[in-house]
Amino acid sequence: MPPEMLLLAALDGLAYGSLIFLVAVGLSLIFGVLGIVNVAHGSFYAIGAYVAAAGVLAIGTAGLPTWLAFPTLLIAAALVGILVGGLVEVALLRRVYGKEEVLQLIVTFAVFMILEDAQKVVFGVQPYFANAPMNWLGTVEVFGIFYTTYQLVLMPLVALAVLLGLRFFLRRTSFGRAIVAVTQDREAATAMGIDAARVYLITFIIGAFLAALGGALASATTSLTPGIGAGTLVLSFAVAATAGLGRIEGAAVAALLIGLGRSAAVYFAPEFDVLIPYLIMMLVLLVRPQGLFSTVQTRKV
Amino acid sequence: MKTMKLAIAALAGTLLAGSALAQDKPKELVVGIATFLSGPASVFGVPGRNAADLLIAEINAKGGVLGVPLKPVYVDEGAGTNQLLSEYRRVVQEQGAQVMLGAISSGSCNALAPVAEDLKVVNVMWDCGTQTIFEDGKWKYSVRTQAHAGAEMMATLLYLMKVKPDFKSVAVVNQDYAWGRESWALLQAGLKALKPDVKVVAELFPKFGAPDFSTEITRLSALRPDVVISTSWGGDLDTFVQQAAARGLLKQSTFVLPLAESSLERLGNVLPEGVIVGSRGDHYWLHPKYKNTPEMQGFVKAYKDKTGVYPIYPTFHMQQALTGLVKAYEKAGAGGKWPSKEEVIAAFEGLEFKSLTGTITIRQDHQGLEDQLLGTTKRVPDYPFAVYDKMALYPGKLVTTPLGEKSLDWFAKVKPDLVTDKSIETFDYAK
Repeated sequence: MPPEMLLLAALDGLAYGSLIFLVAVGLSLIFGVLGIVNVAHGSFYAIGAYVAAAGVLAIGTAGLPTWLAFPTLLIAAALVGILVGGLVEVALLRRVYGKEEVLQLIVTFAVFMILEDAQKVVFGVQPYFANAPMNWLGTVEVFGIFYTTYQLVLMPLVALAVLLGLRFFLRRTSFGRAIVAVTQDREAATAMGIDAARVYLITFIIGAFLAALGGALASATTSLTPGIGAGTLVLSFAVAATAGLGRIEGAAVAALLIGLGRSAAVYFAPEFDVLIPYLIMMLVLLVRPQGLFSTVQTRKV
Repeated sequence: MKTMKLAIAALAGTLLAGSALAQDKPKELVVGIATFLSGPASVFGVPGRNAADLLIAEINAKGGVLGVPLKPVYVDEGAGTNQLLSEYRRVVQEQGAQVMLGAISSGSCNALAPVAEDLKVVNVMWDCGTQTIFEDGKWKYSVRTQAHAGAEMMATLLYLMKVKPDFKSVAVVNQDYAWGRESWALLQAGLKALKPDVKVVAELFPKFGAPDFSTEITRLSALRPDVVISTSWGGDLDTFVQQAAARGLLKQSTFVLPLAESSLERLGNVLPEGVIVGSRGDHYWLHPKYKNTPEMQGFVKAYKDKTGVYPIYPTFHMQQALTGLVKAYEKAGAGGKWPSKEEVIAAFEGLEFKSLTGTITIRQDHQGLEDQLLGTTKRVPDYPFAVYDKMALYPGKLVTTPLGEKSLDWFAKVKPDLVTDKSIETFDYAK
């Protein structure tokens, strides 16, 4: 196989990994701070995608300039993160913090099921199709192969911005440091005057926003049909578990690893392309059960 | 005196018989309908249900079946096979369904056929495509009112050979489940027989419901096959076409999309000219022979008024299933009595009935014969989406695997003269 094919495979992996990272990092952040494996995360992705697509289609119908689709994607994700994510945290999750993990899992699964049906009631089952932003950005040529600028440039850039933004937020801002403090020791952080409930709410909203942002970005490249949330949830869980739940930089590396692995499979062994993400996850967890980037947890006595 | 006794006995007998018949004839005919109401396949299942609601209301407005109104009960295929099977049993045993329409997925049909035998219920397979059901098994209570994958893939193959006979390389991108694998196996067997020198350069089977085909598209762009085949459907097909079009792949290779009729309207201006498209039968609301019939125009208008979109092939499959059912009841009950389930299923054998787009014949093996329509996309000012042009209508009898043969074996010995058979009608797009 010529070397340029390897580069093409790597570019495909980068584009694919960028999208999974956006969703997986939100899942990972919520687990890292709240300690909850949020199954409803897949619904935030799906609803973000549907709201964004509806917005983009409305722009087209109204005859407004296509570039307005880009702020629309962002606004749709923010709306879903704040309204749907905020409501789920305040109305439900608050009641199960500190309870058994299985109960938390059941509650988020129930939310997922309810939101799946709500999504069908609101948006129906007719596929949504809002590719105007992708077409507007055009294509770039690499070794005679055309890529969409949207997937090859915009999506990795957004993923990088989210990674750097999250790092900055958690390390350099006072609220970000409060989040880290609550993650490490909620009781001590509360004793020092940090409002843990507020930290939980805002973290959950940020996580939901990231899932919705992934969905909003994906809405320009995929056809939205019932069930899109479940598939993305499983894949983003594989990324988060490979990285070590709660690890932000790890999620980026794991997403890239899984993206590249899947891409290589399509090139060299297509029959394994579905298997590869889970194979990578399984191999990593066999060697490092806590994930690639997790450190040993100290136990409080 | 003896005559009087006989007359009284005869009168009593007639009254009793009349009374028994009156009891046999139900107040309503409960029809269970298995369709995808949830999950990704609901993009096909819900249009099927919409069509059923519409058509059953029409049938009932005309007096129902032999004077008995139909009552639909829906079962969600999307809940998984185990739940589908238990719901199917419940609808028959507790809700008294005498007829079941099941299902969309070939996996569901394979699972339901033995259950229908067990329950002794008339089971009309209204949409599933696997050719193996009646080739590998004999089911007394099941019948299929449309074609199977063998006929659909044979017509696709013949059309490809007709419009692009000189292709040398082919790649496939199919969904990774039974339909994607089986349909490719059939096409591949036919290609080997008709064009043994053709080179298969890639066989890609992305996950069912995959959201991203970028890698597959890069791979195909680099390989530059003459022909790219995809029997995908629904959101997967839309996404694949959308991403491939954005990267110019649809103009680089000839695309063959045998299920694209159901995506034409959704794909809007994305699908360019020159793509080979099919209908899983001859289902097309702009059918060159039937688009102007009052029946077709009435159906299209009613469906569009109800849903806001044009009907797609599952709605036509539903129309065929319900029409076939009504005709079988009428045939079985021709003597004026309400027929038993066994009489209804027997009436299906050899039954011929008009669908919206042709005539369906049910064979002895309970397999339906229907025509297959393929075409090449064309952009016209009449619609904001691609329409069929350079159409070819393949008679069901020509492209359906002969009785007693298995489709894979039949494909392996297909002869080139089938491509130009005189029974194939051709049409161009006409307003």
